[in-house]
Amino acid sequence: MSAKIKAAAVPMGLIETPFYPRLAALSRAKSWIGWAGYISPLVLDTVEFEYFAIRNQATLFDISPMHKYRITGPDALAVVNRLITRDIRKVRDGRVGYAMWCDEDGMLIDDGTVFRFSQTDFRLCCQEPMYGWLMDVAWGFDVVVEDESDSIAALSLQGPTSYSVLKDAGLDVAEMKPFDWREVEPDLWISRTGFTGDLGYEIWVPRDHALAIWDRLWAAGADWGLRAIGGQALNMVRIEAGYIAAGVDFQPVHAVMRLHRGRTPMELGFDRTVAFDKGHFNGRRALLAQQDAGQRFALVKIDIGGFKPADGALIYHRKRTEVGHVTSGIWSPTAKRNIALAELKAPFGISVTTDLWADVYVHEEGVWRHKMVAVVIETKPFFANTRARATPPRAF
Amino acid sequence: MGKHSSYDAIVAGAGHNGLTTACYLAKAGLKVLVVEKNDWIGGAAVSRSLHDGWTYSNCSYVCSLLRREIVRDLELPRFGLQVIPYEGGASFTKDGDYFAYMSDHDALRREIARHSSKDVDAYERFSQTVIRQCRFIRPFLLRNAPDPTSLKPRDISELLFLVKQAHGLGAKELGETLRFWSMSIGDFLDEHFETDLIKTHIAGAGIIGTGLGVYSPGTAYVLLHHYMGDVDGAIGAWGFARGGMGAISNALGAAFEEAGGEIVMGSGVDKFLVKGGKAVGVALENGDTYYAPIIASNMDVKRTFLKHMDQGVLPADFTKAVERFKIRGSSGKLNIALDSLPKFPAAPEGATFMRGDLHCSASLNELERAYDDWKEGYWSKDPYFDLLIPSQIDPTMAPQGKHMMTVFVQYAPYDLNVDGVRSGENWNDATRKAFADCVFDKIEQGCPDIRKHVVHAEVRSPWDIENEVGLTEGNIFQGELTFDQLLFNRPIPGYAQYDTPIDGMYIVGSSAHPGGGVMAAPGANAAREILRTIGKGKLMPKFAA
Ligand SMILES: Cc1cc2nc3c(=O)[nH]c(=O)nc-3n(C[C@H](O)[C@H](O)[C@H](O)COP(=O)(O)OP(=O)(O)OC[C@H]3O[C@@H](n4cnc5c(N)ncnc54)[C@H](O)[C@@H]3O)c2cc1C
Repeated sequence: MSAKIKAAAVPMGLIETPFYPRLAALSRAKSWIGWAGYISPLVLDTVEFEYFAIRNQATLFDISPMHKYRITGPDALAVVNRLITRDIRKVRDGRVGYAMWCDEDGMLIDDGTVFRFSQTDFRLCCQEPMYGWLMDVAWGFDVVVEDESDSIAALSLQGPTSYSVLKDAGLDVAEMKPFDWREVEPDLWISRTGFTGDLGYEIWVPRDHALAIWDRLWAAGADWGLRAIGGQALNMVRIEAGYIAAGVDFQPVHAVMRLHRGRTPMELGFDRTVAFDKGHFNGRRALLAQQDAGQRFALVKIDIGGFKPADGALIYHRKRTEVGHVTSGIWSPTAKRNIALAELKAPFGISVTTDLWADVYVHEEGVWRHKMVAVVIETKPFFANTRARATPPRAF
Repeated sequence: MGKHSSYDAIVAGAGHNGLTTACYLAKAGLKVLVVEKNDWIGGAAVSRSLHDGWTYSNCSYVCSLLRREIVRDLELPRFGLQVIPYEGGASFTKDGDYFAYMSDHDALRREIARHSSKDVDAYERFSQTVIRQCRFIRPFLLRNAPDPTSLKPRDISELLFLVKQAHGLGAKELGETLRFWSMSIGDFLDEHFETDLIKTHIAGAGIIGTGLGVYSPGTAYVLLHHYMGDVDGAIGAWGFARGGMGAISNALGAAFEEAGGEIVMGSGVDKFLVKGGKAVGVALENGDTYYAPIIASNMDVKRTFLKHMDQGVLPADFTKAVERFKIRGSSGKLNIALDSLPKFPAAPEGATFMRGDLHCSASLNELERAYDDWKEGYWSKDPYFDLLIPSQIDPTMAPQGKHMMTVFVQYAPYDLNVDGVRSGENWNDATRKAFADCVFDKIEQGCPDIRKHVVHAEVRSPWDIENEVGLTEGNIFQGELTFDQLLFNRPIPGYAQYDTPIDGMYIVGSSAHPGGGVMAAPGANAAREILRTIGKGKLMPKFAA
């Protein structure tokens, strides 16, 4: 004899983020996508004006669907340092660090940000679901891993007037340097972080405080050109800033079905995030081996001649040998250049860096044309502005 | 005794075109000096702070024509240039209605239908025609204009390019093109639309800066001149330079200095020095003299040859042609500091089209009458204006919560008629105030409270523009954009290749092909021509080459 359990049915399809009511009211484009099961705007009004609001004014983007994990306990620091490739001991309390983490073969699982409350308390924020992996890494350590993805709401406030918006909202962040993070008010954490390469902040609150903080920022933003944006405009600025996107510029190794689709941090151009001298971490041995053997690929920033965006274009050496492809490519309305991230097969992009060409296809009113366009490898981000790092920040 | 130094090239005038020429020459390795009469650079592309906390783009105010090839060659974004498009616009009527132009295509169709359902599809046909004309003309902007009377191989090849482009249009379209280039904007719009308000909203682009009325032949081309630019490839779109139009000149100035160039400000060229038919240098008003075998004048042709050169060294027929060059000024401008964002009661709360270009003219007849006043030497009693509030988008132009308004006014005469006497000297504080009052009265049609919000206003007549910027008669294009002064006729038939009768002397400003506006094309084309002439054509960077 067993009691009958009435199972609660799970919601079908996409569900709302805590900010959805505000976003829905602002959406003219009705252009939504699924992001980790949540409804997320691709475009709210027009991509063009949302893009320019990021580079000229201030913007709000709902990042609540990001996966967020809290790692607490006496061994928290050890777990984090075992997980990620950089040395978290060098990230002080109240600071945030960009990090990558790999499997034992040195292949990137995901990248994200580690928020350090103290050496016994961290938050990891990333694109991919990571709970299972974190539990694997934490096995045998004295820590608790908690999935905060649904309980913490977050907004990314980015753009040259973002500091002014916070100031007018009564939130004092004047002294915060890039990658600082503070509890500015009880239960209201702000980090000076973002995905735009510009001045910007991320705001973290318990889920049920979401609408209140939105309304507070929205009111303060009236004089500062504050605009809500979707993911498409954000994708443009992150390419300008030279940031990589999971599933686009690299394939998270836990999500791929085909062999050899994983990439190492070095192959993605992030050697600086690997601290071989910190002791053991996941993938260390494999990455050391690759350091000796040499990387198989190179993800590079490229400038492409002409004015037609080259997303997806194949890259050739001497216009003959195919050596790679563009992973993310746009016309940059700020740099006024045709820019891209591209993956090249070694030795291209490493020891062979000239005589590279992109085969750019353009479709115009029923006619396809294609053209070999010269490619120049760049080392600096396409967008850089001193306002992004000034402390205290400028008003605009 | 002043200073004396020698250079490879001297550019007279730090307008954006002069700076563009200077950049290309310096990047090709020449030792280049720019001399500028004002204490600042930019000519008619400047940002000036005339009232504490506010920045005015006090001449040109919006950007679209600036060639992207040049922006890329000279890496202007690296030197701080950021161009931000604006969306929409509106024309307000006396009776409280408006027509709004919106970048949202579906909304635009609905808005046109609110006035006339017939005009909805008419609008699509109109835009298609205009875009086709733009696509035809754009390739010519960064090329030399072919000289049909010349048998030089290069002229013939340029001419062939023109013929080929024209031929590609097909007989019907070519006929349309020729008609378009010579007709009036009024006639062109009458052929398309039935709603006067919509026609009037569009027609403004056909008369801005022009000494012609909406029904004068040639104004359809002027509209094209305002549509042929782009922002990030969106043809016909306009934007703001962040920090004002001076951001363009300042970026050019910084690029020039990084390339090793030198700018001397604060004293103008008094004389272009010529020896044995060759340009040899410039003598400044302060007594300094600089020498170079290449002299590029950024001033308009009239100023260059009639004011700063001994007539004896010029062929008489050339001087005559320069005297004939039409350069009548027809525009005034108000730059206004506002204590808050003024309300246009007809517009819906928060309407995005308010961030675009605003007008209060409602009929083509009204525009034609505005022109009639100007012909008689008066400012238009019922003027056309192009009004924008850039501080709604650009946070750098005014203090927080306050705003900056730019009002370009058509028409205002250079030689103002007071009691039957026409003279630039008639522009004084009293006439300027009366002119501004007339403009404010008209703004009140859409924005009744405007006067209450004004903290400071700069009022500029064509006379003032001439005196400050050096644009003869205050003509904003350095010479009118009529067919007799375009392409191979610009500025002077036989001298459309940036050259002049004086060896080593070049015209690099908007007087030359393809004409006025913040385009930088004349400056770049001239640099290409100069480098070619001295055998360094290969050093011209790729995009403008
Ligand atoms: C009121 C107004 C509004 C306009 N609005 C727009 C607009 O919104 N968008 C647009 O694209 N275009 C606009 N234009 C047109 C555009 O600004 C001009 O066509 C363009 O800036 C001209 O550039 P230029 O380099 O050819 O010449 P200029 O800018 O005229 O440069 C000439 C330079 O030579 C200097 N000079 C003069 N005499 C001497 C001397 N004797 N010695 C040394 N230096 C000297 C001047 O000071 C100046 O710096 C506007 C123009 C005006 C006047």
